[in-house]
Amino acid sequence: MFGLELAMIWAVLIAVAVFLYVALDGFDLGVGILFPFAKSSRERDQMQAAIAPVWDGNETWLVLGGGGLFAAFPKAYAALMPALYIPIILMLLALIFRGVAFEFRHHGRDRGKRWWTIAFSAGSIVATVAQGLILGAFIQGVNIENGAFVGGAFDWLTPFSLLVAAALVLGYALLGAAWLVFKTEGELFTRARRWATQLSLLVALAMGAVSLATLGVDPRVTERWGLTMTSVDWPVFLKVAPLPVAAGLVCFALWRPWKGTPHLAPYLLTVALFLIGYLGLAVSLWPYIVPFAMKPAEAAAADNALQLMLWGALVMLPIILAYTAYVYWLFRAKVGDDGAYH
Amino acid sequence: MEWDALLLSRLQFAFTVGFHIIFPAFTIGLASFLAVLEGLWLFTKRAVFKNLYLFWVKIFALSFGMGVVSGVVLSYQFGTNWSVFSAVTGSVIGPLLAYEVLTAFFLEASFLGIMLFGWKRVGPGLHFFSTCTVAVGTLVSAFWILAANSWMQTPQGWEWAEDGTMVATNFAEVIFNPSLPTRFAHMVLAAYLTTAMVVAGASAFALLKGRALPESRVALRMAVLMMALVTPLQIMAGHESGIVAGHHQPAKVAALEGWWTTRTQQPTVLVGWPDEAAERNHFELAIPGFGSTVNNAAPNVVLPGLDQFAREDRPPVWITFWAFRIMVAMGLVMSALGVWGAGAWLLKRLDHARWYHRALVLAAPSGFIAVLTGWITAEVGRQPYVVYGVMRTADAVSPVPAASVAASLLFFIIVYAIVFTAGALYILRLMAKGPESEEPAPHSDQPPGTPLGAAIEEA
Repeated sequence: MFGLELAMIWAVLIAVAVFLYVALDGFDLGVGILFPFAKSSRERDQMQAAIAPVWDGNETWLVLGGGGLFAAFPKAYAALMPALYIPIILMLLALIFRGVAFEFRHHGRDRGKRWWTIAFSAGSIVATVAQGLILGAFIQGVNIENGAFVGGAFDWLTPFSLLVAAALVLGYALLGAAWLVFKTEGELFTRARRWATQLSLLVALAMGAVSLATLGVDPRVTERWGLTMTSVDWPVFLKVAPLPVAAGLVCFALWRPWKGTPHLAPYLLTVALFLIGYLGLAVSLWPYIVPFAMKPAEAAAADNALQLMLWGALVMLPIILAYTAYVYWLFRAKVGDDGAYH
Repeated sequence: MEWDALLLSRLQFAFTVGFHIIFPAFTIGLASFLAVLEGLWLFTKRAVFKNLYLFWVKIFALSFGMGVVSGVVLSYQFGTNWSVFSAVTGSVIGPLLAYEVLTAFFLEASFLGIMLFGWKRVGPGLHFFSTCTVAVGTLVSAFWILAANSWMQTPQGWEWAEDGTMVATNFAEVIFNPSLPTRFAHMVLAAYLTTAMVVAGASAFALLKGRALPESRVALRMAVLMMALVTPLQIMAGHESGIVAGHHQPAKVAALEGWWTTRTQQPTVLVGWPDEAAERNHFELAIPGFGSTVNNAAPNVVLPGLDQFAREDRPPVWITFWAFRIMVAMGLVMSALGVWGAGAWLLKRLDHARWYHRALVLAAPSGFIAVLTGWITAEVGRQPYVVYGVMRTADAVSPVPAASVAASLLFFIIVYAIVFTAGALYILRLMAKGPESEEPAPHSDQPPGTPLGAAIEEA
C-alpha cells in the first residue's frame, strides 16, 4: 500500500518536472524556432540575450525528467528508451548544437557566426520535432513483452507522431514569441506581439487536431472522454469538457488585441494552454506511466530508493525553485536592441 | 569480434563519455581557479586578478557549455543503450544520479547564469558567491558520479530482489563503497592538475610571445604552485587507488600490470606488448620484484596474475596495460614539470626560463591525456563486467538493432567532431590572444556606476 503511494508521489513529481521543462525550455527552444523570422543579426542577438542567462537551468529539468525516470521508474525507463531510440538520439544531437551555439555565436567570425546562427535555429527546431515524436510515440504506446521493448526501430514514426511534432513546434514557437513579448522592447517587441497573435490561431487548430487524433489512439482513451465516432456519453464528457472549453478561451485571450495588459500575460496564458493540454493528456492516459502497458507501481524502483530520493526532493526542490526564481527575478528587465539588459 | 549492438553500444558509450569527461575534468579545476582569482581580486583589488578572471571565465563558459550538452546525452544513454542495466541497477544507483541533479546540476546551471551575465545586476560579493557556488557544484557533481561509478567497480550494500533486480540494503554502504574515497580524490586532483597544465601552457605561451606579462607571470606561478603541490598528492592517491583495486578487482590490476602468471615478487613491466593469445608479453622490459613492492606486498606474498582468471573473465589486456602506462607517463611528466618550475622559481628564473616555457606549452594537454587514459584503465579494466563480478556488460545491453546504434554512433562522431573542432578553435584563439590589461566583461558593456562596474573602476 505504502509502495503504491510512493510510486504515485514520484509519478506526480516527474510529471511536474516534465511540465516545468516544457514551460521553461519550451520558450528558449521557441526563440530558436523563431530565429529565421528575425530581421537582422542584431535582432537575433537580442533574442538570444533574452534567454541566455536561463537556458542552462531550463534544460536541467530535462535531465531531472530523464534521470528521475531512471531512478524512480527504472523499468519504465528501460522499456521506453530503446523504443524511442532514434528520436531520443536525434533530440540529444540537436540539443548539443543549439547548446554550444549560445557561446559559439559570440566567438565565431563572419562565417562561423552565420553557421552557429543556423545551428542554433536548426538545433532548436529538430530538438522540438524530436520531442514531439517522442510524445506522439509515448501516447500511442510501445510494444512491450515481459518488461522489454519488442517492437521495431521505426515504430515511433506514424502520422500521429508527426502531427504531434508539428503541433509542438507551433506550441514552442508560441511560448518563444510570448517570452519575447515579455523580455524585449523596440521593434522586436512589436513583431513578437504579431507572432504571438498569429501563432495562437495556429496552435488552437493544431491542439484541436491532436486532441481529436488522440481519441483514435486507443478505445480506452475514447471511453475516458465519453466520445465515440457515433455517440456522446454526456455524463462522462461533461466532467472533462471544461478542459477543451478552457483551451478555447485561452486561445481567444491570446489572439484578441490586448493593449494595456502586462507583458508577461501572453507567456502565462501560453503556459496555461500547455497545462490544459497536459491535463487532457493525463485524463487520456491515467494511470499508465508507459501507456497501456505499465502503471507506476509496476515500474517503480524499490521503496527504500524512492524514500531516499523523496527526502532529497523534499529538501532540494524548494531550494532549487527558490534560486531559480531568484535568477529569473535578477534578469527580469527587458533586453534592448543592443542585446543588454535594461 | 562481431559488430553487433553490444560492441557498437560499448563504442558509443566510450566515445560519448570520453568526449564528455574532457570538459568536466577541465571545468572542475577551472571553476575553483576562478573562485580563487575572484577572491584574490576582491581582497587585494589588484587589476591583474581581475584581468585573469575575466580572461579565464570566457574559456570556462565555452568549456562548460560543451560539458553540459555532452552530459545530457549520458543521462539518456543508460536507457537507450543499456536498458537492462538500468532496469536491474536502477533502485541502487538511480538515487545517486538523482541526487547529482538535485544537489549539483541545478546549482551550477543557475549560478552560472549570474556568473556570466550578472556583472551589472549583482554586487561583487554576490558575484563572488556565485562563482564559489558553481565551483562547489562541480565538485558535488563529481562526488555523485564517482559514487555511482565506484559502486559499479566495487559493489556493496545490495541484494537481489525477487524480480531479478538489485535493491540496496544500505545506501550508506552503496555510496561510500570501498573504492569511492581514493577514486574521488584521484579524480578531483586530476581535474586540478589538468587545469593547472592548461593554465601553465597558456601563460607560458603568452610569456614566450611577450604578451600580457604581469597576468601571465602571476598565472604561471599559480599553476606551478598547483603542479608542485598536487602531483605528489596525486601519485599517492593513484597508488592508494591501485591498492584498493588490488583487493577488490585483482583481474584489473593483473591486466594493467601485465602480469600473466600468479607468483610472488611480481615485476614492474615498464614496456611490453601483451599478447592475449600467447598469454605473455613480447618485448618485455621489466624490473623484477618491484611490482610486488609497488603494490605493498611482502616478497613472500603471492599476487594473482591473469592465469587465475578464466579467459572470459579477463579484461582486454592490451588496452588496459597501455592506457595505464600512458597515464603514468603523463603523471611523471607533470611531476617533473612541477619540480622544474619550483626550482626555477626558487632560483628566480621562472619568468625567463624559455625552455621551461616551451616544455609547458608542449605539455598543456598532458592532464587531458592522463584523465582519458586513466578512465580507460578503470573502465576497460572493469570488463567483462558492467557491475564488477555481478553483471556482465554483455547482459546489460538494450534490445535495439545494431543498425540504429551504428547510425547514432556515426552521428555522434560527426557532431562531436564539429563541436569539438569549433570549441577548441575558439578556446585556442582566446589563449593565443591572451589576457588583456583592460579585459572587458563577458556579454556586457560595463558602464561605470553599476555595482561591479564600480568595483572594476576602483581596481
